[in-house]
Amino acid sequence: MQRPSENELHAYVDEQLDAARRNEVERWLAQSPDEMARIATWRRQKAALRAAFDPVLDETPPQRLLRAARPARRIPLRFAAAIGWLAIGGALGYALHGAPPIAPRTLAHSAAIAHAVYMPEVRHPVEVSAEQETHLVQWLSKRLGTSLKVPDFSAQGFDLVGGRLLPGERGPVAQFMYQDAQGRRLTLYVRNDAPENRETAFRYAHEGRIGVFYWLDGHLGYALSGELPRPLLLGIANAAYQQLSP
Amino acid sequence: MEDFSAHLPRLRRYARALTGDRFLADDLVQDTLERALAKFALWRNSGRLEAWLLTVMHNVFANQIRARAARPSMSEFDELAQEPAVRPAQNDRLDVADLATALDRLPPEQREVLLLVTLEELSYEETARILDIPLGTVMSRLSRARDRLRRLLDGDMPGAALKVVK
Repeated sequence: MQRPSENELHAYVDEQLDAARRNEVERWLAQSPDEMARIATWRRQKAALRAAFDPVLDETPPQRLLRAARPARRIPLRFAAAIGWLAIGGALGYALHGAPPIAPRTLAHSAAIAHAVYMPEVRHPVEVSAEQETHLVQWLSKRLGTSLKVPDFSAQGFDLVGGRLLPGERGPVAQFMYQDAQGRRLTLYVRNDAPENRETAFRYAHEGRIGVFYWLDGHLGYALSGELPRPLLLGIANAAYQQLSP
Repeated sequence: MEDFSAHLPRLRRYARALTGDRFLADDLVQDTLERALAKFALWRNSGRLEAWLLTVMHNVFANQIRARAARPSMSEFDELAQEPAVRPAQNDRLDVADLATALDRLPPEQREVLLLVTLEELSYEETARILDIPLGTVMSRLSRARDRLRRLLDGDMPGAALKVVK
């Protein structure tokens, strides 16, 4: 049998060989006492390292680390700042036009902020997960007072994670979250508070790295947000539009 | 927003072995957690959180090493001295203090590879990703680390018989 390479000897000790090769190496080692002695030394090193440092696992971590690992739940500063700017923008809009800001532009802002807040969530990215899609759609439709549809972006590689209900400027808003195989996330923000029945073309805005395509369709306003290249996001917005407005 | 406390025990164990000092280790863990929180959006749920935290710790640790290297200190003179053997180990049992001293004598980049592979039991591929080095470099550092640790602990390091007077 061919002598195992140096790397294979390490992989043998570290249990990173497949079963067949492990057996071969084992048989070869049985004939090679010198190499067997090296292997035994490496194993002793490993056992010594575990014996020396495993007790750390049972220590109670100091308070300062527990605090650093679990900071108080709060809105990160940068989002708080964004919300602050939004409030100022809203106030300015009010002052300049003398009417509540109803420009779809605020739709994009609100959607981008909601995206930024929930996109990094690991454990609770959504309130109702995609497994309960029927319930999700019924619930959000009822709260928004309109019949909602959830577009399917699987052709674009994004699967539904689920959805949640959020407060909007004039009432509840629905947010659906999607994720692709690389873990990239998209959110579709839907509100039902357009004061008049109208339709707009797609518009594009961005908040930092988050791009948003938004449009109005009847009483519903939609905003699709993600940190994705603009053409890719546009393709998905088109798919959404086609599915939502047959 | 995030809770890394489930990962604290393993991060502390790795940091303790890496730095060889309880307080330096906990400082390293704290810096790692703070940086991880600030950068959390970049992780984006891709891959294991544990591996990502180790990546962040590696970057913090590497920065510390660089900062220390830029500041001349007494330790540089130590490097010039012949490396003494720690002390020949009696039978198979290795003394914890001997082991810590021997680990400290490994170059940091060899120590990281050895600890990720043996203590953290990560695959070679994962170790390569965390340290951002090619797989071949992981293997050569692992081999050198094991060989050097053996010689330090068995006392047959070249010049080991010479007593270094400090």
